[in-house]
Amino acid sequence: MELLDSFLPHDLAAVIWIVLKIVLIVLPLMGLVAYYTLAERKVIGFMQVRIGPNRVGPNGLGQPIADALKLMFKEIILPTKANKTLFLIAPLLTLGPALAAWAVFPFDAELVLADVNAGLLYILALTSVGVYGVIIAGWASNSKYALLGAVRSAAQIVSYEIAMGFAIVGVLVAAGSLNLGDIVRAQDGSLFHWFWLPLFPLLVIYFISGVAETNRAPFDVAEGESEIVAGFHVEYSGMTFAVFFLGEYANMILISALTALMFLGGWLSPFQGTFLEPIFSWVPGILWLFLKTAIFAFLFLWFRATFPRYRYDQIMRLGWKVFIPITIVWIMVVGLAVVLELPWWFD
Amino acid sequence: MTYELFLFYVFSAALLYASTMVITQRNSVHSALFLVLAFCCAAGIWLLAEAEFLAIVLILVYVGAVMVLFLFVVMMLDVDRASNRAGYMKYASVGVLIAVVLAVEIMLVVGPGNFGLEKYPALVPQAADYSNTKELGRVLYTVYMYPFELAAVILLVAIIAAIGLTLRKRPQTRYQDPSKQVQVKASDRVRIVKMATEKKMELK
Repeated sequence: MELLDSFLPHDLAAVIWIVLKIVLIVLPLMGLVAYYTLAERKVIGFMQVRIGPNRVGPNGLGQPIADALKLMFKEIILPTKANKTLFLIAPLLTLGPALAAWAVFPFDAELVLADVNAGLLYILALTSVGVYGVIIAGWASNSKYALLGAVRSAAQIVSYEIAMGFAIVGVLVAAGSLNLGDIVRAQDGSLFHWFWLPLFPLLVIYFISGVAETNRAPFDVAEGESEIVAGFHVEYSGMTFAVFFLGEYANMILISALTALMFLGGWLSPFQGTFLEPIFSWVPGILWLFLKTAIFAFLFLWFRATFPRYRYDQIMRLGWKVFIPITIVWIMVVGLAVVLELPWWFD
Repeated sequence: MTYELFLFYVFSAALLYASTMVITQRNSVHSALFLVLAFCCAAGIWLLAEAEFLAIVLILVYVGAVMVLFLFVVMMLDVDRASNRAGYMKYASVGVLIAVVLAVEIMLVVGPGNFGLEKYPALVPQAADYSNTKELGRVLYTVYMYPFELAAVILLVAIIAAIGLTLRKRPQTRYQDPSKQVQVKASDRVRIVKMATEKKMELK
């Protein structure tokens, strides 16, 4: 920053500095997304007693790069009667919010691009905007399967967003702040100070709603290969399809990271307050965050290999009749605990 | 021109453009999407006024939820444009009259006499640790307690009314009771019949 300031006007230097930081977040994220797809195929392969991709590079490690190259050089097909502008904007509308949400994400006590007061609200707003990509793609494709997928996805995301929002309200009541960094700081202490224990129902509901929100199995009725081919992205090919894919996986990583941040103490060491703490004090916080995120990222894959797809009415029942009442009750419990200053989470 | 002023003009121009497109577009899905753009621009302007809570909530509620449901309905409507235009001239005079009356009414209320710049103290830029959310909550739950609660009750009434209007039980519809499904045991479904073992075939 000082170096840039020395030979550039101050405002320009600041802009370049921020752009550099954005690149530093987005590039590793894209790499992570690429290798998350490989991890998915490997993990599901092992769960189904297969080997998974192992031809490109050692142990198939070159597979994501081969896939990316293949998708880049494929032809982008525009359906004749599709709405061209919206058809091309839709994938960007999926990927954009998934990346923009990382702006307020604290990777460590000091490592955050924008330390915003209303960070949690910002993330909630951006994840809710992500649905437009799916809806517009479904409508602009001018295909009945795509439209069906879009309609299913819209109904599902709107339903689960309420449960998700309420779960976040519980976290915000417990932490007393909308700032993501402060939420982690409120969990400081030990493994048992983290919010997973007092907010356990909200943790479960938040994560399951996250799975539904990202249209992943077992909530992937928006794609539903066996009924509506591939749902909203049936008409997409090549790079436009790849962008949808990137958006979906970036969203999965985002949900995993947020769950780790709000319920598993983010960058805090799991050995805090025990005799192991000095031994592990050299581990950077971002590594703990990465490991915690990996737990939930693995759960996404495990779910996909385990559960059959939910029926549509079962999805709606789970969202409206099970999750929302539980979250409302638990918010009241948390509110009461905060008022009574229940040690040690809410003092 | 400062950077903030420049941003303000960009957002305002985009907002005006988007709002005009909402009412001039022929395709209702395009109109809805332009309305989304208008909301986003309005949120940008609110952010410039340091009302970050309201700006984000505008995106969260209107863009993220209300307009999604709007699009959901509009996408599935097959609007017949020809029949919509049939009575256009017939109703034009009445429409213009109502529009003029409405415009005059709005101007009387939202005119410079009531909402002029001089009626308000100049905006004071707040420090970085100032929390818009906290201030809003404080005002909402102290000064505006009763209006706030009243709004909540009205919304509750609307919810009950909407559900009451659409809720109807049809006798021929079959419902599943998930708790019953879960509680089913194997003994409810399968009857194991005991019978004497058949005589083993003699092996020679």
